[in-house]
Amino acid sequence: MTATRRAVDTLVLVIVMLAIWEVLHRMAGSTALPDPVTTMSYFLHLVPSPRFAANAAATLLAFSIALVLAYAIGLAIGVWMGAHRLSGLVGEPILVAIYSLPKITLYPVVLLIFGLGISGKVAFGAMHGILPVALLTMGAIRAIPPVYLRSARTLHLSPWQTIATVLLPAVLPEVFTGLRIGFTVTLLGVLLGEMFASKLGLGAMIMNAMSLAQSEEMMTVAIVLFTFAAIANGVLLWIEHRLHRRV
Amino acid sequence: MTRIGIIRLLVIVAMIGALELACRTGLIDHRVIIPPSEMASALANLLASGVITADIERTLGVIIMVIVLSIVLGFAAGLVIHALPRVREALDPFFATYYAVPVFIFYPVLIAIFGLSPMPIVMIGVATAIVAMIIATLNGLDRVPRVLLKVARVHRLGRVATAMKLQLPAAAPYLFTGIKLSVSYGFIAVIAAEFILSPAGLGRDIADAYADFNNRRMYALILFLLIIATIVNAALHALDMRWAERRSGGRP
Repeated sequence: MTATRRAVDTLVLVIVMLAIWEVLHRMAGSTALPDPVTTMSYFLHLVPSPRFAANAAATLLAFSIALVLAYAIGLAIGVWMGAHRLSGLVGEPILVAIYSLPKITLYPVVLLIFGLGISGKVAFGAMHGILPVALLTMGAIRAIPPVYLRSARTLHLSPWQTIATVLLPAVLPEVFTGLRIGFTVTLLGVLLGEMFASKLGLGAMIMNAMSLAQSEEMMTVAIVLFTFAAIANGVLLWIEHRLHRRV
Repeated sequence: MTRIGIIRLLVIVAMIGALELACRTGLIDHRVIIPPSEMASALANLLASGVITADIERTLGVIIMVIVLSIVLGFAAGLVIHALPRVREALDPFFATYYAVPVFIFYPVLIAIFGLSPMPIVMIGVATAIVAMIIATLNGLDRVPRVLLKVARVHRLGRVATAMKLQLPAAAPYLFTGIKLSVSYGFIAVIAAEFILSPAGLGRDIADAYADFNNRRMYALILFLLIIATIVNAALHALDMRWAERRSGGRP
């Protein structure tokens, strides 16, 4: 019952968004914003093409490396600052301050250090993802009730057993929230990097399409990215809810 | 200052000092990063010369406009959506995914529609910032005690009066979270938009200086934006702390 109702709601939402799109199209004209039907037919034509595949693969590769880096570095910082009290107290406000800075201003610096190729956008993407992962991991570790550790000691668990059966399950839900947010912002970072300085990738494709006034292509790529991010987030949210409910 | 505060200050000073030393000794190439002291002096010269005053005014003006629009419209939209539970239920999945999708990729579309004016920048800024305010407003209104609304009815307050005199103050802590997020999202979106494509503004200045290999100017501008962002964030944080203290009646 609730499932069908929700499906209807989502359907209505999609229809409303398509209607807004159509109205904007009527206002702006076909060259600026094509109508949904034209875009959809272009979508079916572009997505299977090798040019799209090459660009999508470039973005996916950069995003995957950036994500692995962001997770590894973020978790390392988070575990260190969560486990070592003084480091955490000293470092947290610094991390929070850096988190709230507009990192786009630092992109030229990243480009000067890492160069214009894939490493630049990987570094920029990872830079976005590291901080939320680190901050939430740190918070999760600090929030472990001390009684958990005491009971682990009472049961004579070895350090590895303590980590595997007590600490890991205790921090997992919140750490996973950090990983989900890290996923989102890393994707944004990689795309911003591609939009500003890149020859290959979906972000670069949007910018090229704009300078060539190919609005169908621009909308198509935007919709592909939009859908990818929405589905990935949906899956991650679903896992996250399950983890939170289990505890 | 507490012991922790002193250590934190030392860490920051040590990091800047290490960067300065690495640049001075040539460990970091001058063409990549210039010493922090040079960034500061370049910024002082740039500000004194007045060549960026127009761009500062333009960018900060756009940012302030984006923030004010997002907060006011976001609060209003939040009130309306909160009053219509059915609409809200339909919009919930939309809100849950909004910040997970890179809305920013629609900026080129906005340029195609509205041309190279401040208009697309304001729109992408508001589009980025307003949803945080709407979500915060909904969260805040959910937590307004029912009894306050009954009091409003007893006193025969109108819709607007109820919103301004009761709902607004009662939801204030949550609204403030929304304001903080709106400020930081608005800031990021405007700078990013200027950076990617814009006829003028500080973001554009940085991109130009980067393209011209003018490192002194580029780092001066970056430093300027980072200082502004830090001051704004620190001010909001201080305000938050003070209000939290007042709400708890002076108790820590």
